[in-house]
Amino acid sequence: MRYLPLTEADRREMLAVIGAKSVDELFKDVPASARLGAKVAGLPDHQGELEVERAFQAYAAKNVSPSTAPFFIGAGAYRHHVPSTVDYMIQRGEFLTSYTPYQPEITQGTLQYLFEFQTQVTLLTGMEVANASMYDGSTGTTEAVLMANRLTRRHKALISGGLHPQYRSIIETTAKWEGFKAQISKPDAEGLEDLIAAVDKETSCVVVQNPSFFGHVRDFTKLAEACHAAGALLIVVVTEVVSLGLLKPPGEMGADIVVCEGQSIGNGLGFGGPYVGLFATKEKYMRQMPGRLCGETVDADGKRGFVLTLSTREQHIRREKATSNICTNAGLCALAFTVHLTLLGEAGFTRLAELNHAKASQLADKLAAVPGVKVLNDSFFNEFTVKLPKPAAPVVEALAAKRILGGLPVSRLIPGDASVENLLLVAATETATEAGMDPFVAALKEVL
Amino acid sequence: MANSQDRSQGRAGGIASSEAPAINTFTGNRALQIEEPLIFEMGQAGRCGVDLPEPPKVKDRLNGMRRKGDIGLPGLSEPQVVQHYTRLSQKNYAIDMGVYPLGSCTMKHNPRINEKVARLPGIGDLHPLQPVSTVQGALELIDRLAHWLKTLTGMPAVAMSPAAGAHGEMCGMMAIAAALDAKGERAQRKVVLAPESAHGTNPATAAALGFVVKPIPANDRGRVDLAALKAALGPDVAAIMLTNPNTCGLFESEIVEISKAVHTAGAYFYCDGANFNAIVGRVRPGDLGIDCMHINLHKTFSTPHGGGGPGAGPVVLSAALAPYAPYPWIVKNGDKWSVAEDGAKVDGVPLGRLKAFHGQMGMFTRALAYIMSHGADGLKQVAEDAVLNANYVMAALKDVMSPAFEGPCMHEALFDDSFLKDTGVSTLDFAKAMIDEGYHPMTMYFPLVVHGAMLIEPTESVAKEDLDQFIGALRSLTERAKTGTAAEAFKAAPLYSPRRRLDETLAARKPVLRWKPSNNPPGSDPMKQAAE
Repeated sequence: MRYLPLTEADRREMLAVIGAKSVDELFKDVPASARLGAKVAGLPDHQGELEVERAFQAYAAKNVSPSTAPFFIGAGAYRHHVPSTVDYMIQRGEFLTSYTPYQPEITQGTLQYLFEFQTQVTLLTGMEVANASMYDGSTGTTEAVLMANRLTRRHKALISGGLHPQYRSIIETTAKWEGFKAQISKPDAEGLEDLIAAVDKETSCVVVQNPSFFGHVRDFTKLAEACHAAGALLIVVVTEVVSLGLLKPPGEMGADIVVCEGQSIGNGLGFGGPYVGLFATKEKYMRQMPGRLCGETVDADGKRGFVLTLSTREQHIRREKATSNICTNAGLCALAFTVHLTLLGEAGFTRLAELNHAKASQLADKLAAVPGVKVLNDSFFNEFTVKLPKPAAPVVEALAAKRILGGLPVSRLIPGDASVENLLLVAATETATEAGMDPFVAALKEVL
Repeated sequence: MANSQDRSQGRAGGIASSEAPAINTFTGNRALQIEEPLIFEMGQAGRCGVDLPEPPKVKDRLNGMRRKGDIGLPGLSEPQVVQHYTRLSQKNYAIDMGVYPLGSCTMKHNPRINEKVARLPGIGDLHPLQPVSTVQGALELIDRLAHWLKTLTGMPAVAMSPAAGAHGEMCGMMAIAAALDAKGERAQRKVVLAPESAHGTNPATAAALGFVVKPIPANDRGRVDLAALKAALGPDVAAIMLTNPNTCGLFESEIVEISKAVHTAGAYFYCDGANFNAIVGRVRPGDLGIDCMHINLHKTFSTPHGGGGPGAGPVVLSAALAPYAPYPWIVKNGDKWSVAEDGAKVDGVPLGRLKAFHGQMGMFTRALAYIMSHGADGLKQVAEDAVLNANYVMAALKDVMSPAFEGPCMHEALFDDSFLKDTGVSTLDFAKAMIDEGYHPMTMYFPLVVHGAMLIEPTESVAKEDLDQFIGALRSLTERAKTGTAAEAFKAAPLYSPRRRLDETLAARKPVLRWKPSNNPPGSDPMKQAAE
């Protein structure tokens, strides 16, 4: 077995030092009824690298890779070009195979990139402080609601109909089992929702998404003011972080907590995970943040260094009084994010955002020209909603049969709602080409 | 060309004596250790590490929400970026460099074939919401891993979506709350029992769900005190949360009696599976009577820890809890795979959803590659070698250090700090001295029930000769500490790491969580320099 260094001779020698006759003796505390004499039945034995790789190639061959088909799906996960440098850097063993930096003297590499990452997140979101990442945007959003509940000591969250339906579903699940109220608004396909009137003295927070799940770009400045007047917090969710290269940051609208899905920068689609959640807030709320925080300090020689800090918020110190049960972050995905964003810099990031907006605009114009198809959005970044003359789900299947991955039928994420049955959510990033858009549009004409 | 008489060409000959005084280098660098500024101190406007085409001109549809002003991101070229992160990487300790005996974390070898298959086109680049007809292989892959996890644990169901161990705990405890709800007992059963030695995530999870956490006392053998547990079990108890093998590195020898007592009292048994590596392939937790257990794929199944994540924490569930498993899960109809998502009509009463999409697919791929590489035979050997290595460390150090409990241990060896009594050296000092010896320290001060705890988990990945050197280093440190005159030297450790001990009090008292131009070190502010 290529991963196991001990030889039979080693094992014998070690047992002798221990004073045991066999390895079985070391397992003597396991109740006899549960001790398996042999290996677990019904599973194959070990395989070489060649065989393992072959098995995965067989799995891959049963899928349609987005790189082999015109591709226009978004809905919280976006296909972007990730520079080769990113993947090489994150595969350096010193990053890849290191643990949470509990020993700062020998993990300054991890700590420094986390500090840089936190700074980048504050700049993008227009906020004062950010943590060292969350599992992803979806779980981070629920953590933001819990944080708002703690800060306001209130237990009612208003959830926008423009929030990603799965994000909403996680909040509802958590509300049900942790015991707070999540007031859900109906799907906001037109981008006209106004929650100001719904904010009251029991509201802990309002959760909105920008651009919304349906793609609309909104200004939440007035909503933020209404929240603050009522003593509530505004949580702004961004599932397409590239949009922050072009759009006014949530911090400038008065957001109290900003949560982003960071997948778009540095991290591939990966069938949904692992991704990286960005979490930023105002300095005055810092001590109620969930997750790890990296801070600057000095070492015994007075040299600048970095450490994990404010850990008295966390489960390993505070146990049942912790701000969250979270232990793991998304360190390596945060590294991918920060390497990619560093490569882009100011010029590259804003250019990337312009490109995304332009490609989506081109596609929107092409689709709007298809008879029976209506683009619902007056505003969007790189994703928008179109209304088809018939249910979207079978249309998407028909397109897939032509090897075109033509967007998401909204009904997949909002089942059983007739108002969204004909809606198709379409995204175009910098990876979209005219050579992909035209067959998509032509095929859509055919299947409608 | 000049004909030099000196054939050494700079080699040998002129080496200075070891007494040469330390020098302060101009750069502050020390050979391979390069002092590295922050990216914000390096960037220049006009530099960029990517080339992107000019965007086509289109009508702006941003609703007047265009950003005004710069973001403030630094500009670096690609070679600068590569050097920056390479230099940072060289300030990290890692499994790839040597023994990483961090107890409870299972820092085993991370095979590179796992990385390769996770990046294959058709796996690494799939969108989670592609039509299911275009991701049949991906769904099959997840189901194959689920099959392995169920079979290895002897449990009938598994929820794949939790993103990490603590997230898995949340999932399992929600399933228990849901089961109690279904029986109309949720309001009455408010207590969760957990040993004081439990991971902090256990009480944090239970408390988040509104349970009251009560400690279960341990006996002097480091295990749950069965009589005390039985006395604590009543109609108000929802569940017990127990790590097995426990955080003292010991197998709960009365676990079958514990699970019987828990079930007789109408409560559920949550098993924290963080230490599954000790028993994988050798003991099926299902045979012990548990109701659910999360599996840290980043521990037992080698997916890389990545500096703190990402992880993955699938939860296996008993028949009693399976009906409450959250969305999504994979369904097979004939030869077609599909995925049950929110609102799908299914048997059971799903507790809801915990994460967007389908879980940590990239971790599933790596874990399955690891599992297939080992097979049922290799996994059994993993558990045996992990336990053997830990017991070897325990045996080789027990005369100079102080084991917290009588052995044998499972996959980790726990020591208390009584061997350091009156030396002036603390557990922390001892651990920091290990850094100078070239090792990552063991887990310190955990579990809380052991004074000055040192928890050593070598894993199965360490060769005997490397373990012997590690043992030699610890013996040497022990000897030095016991001279009684070394306290000052221990308190100064580490000396040879990229940074010496860091001031954590300062960091917490005046938190600086981001770079600002004003917190550049004196003389290195590029903006100021530019202005001058």
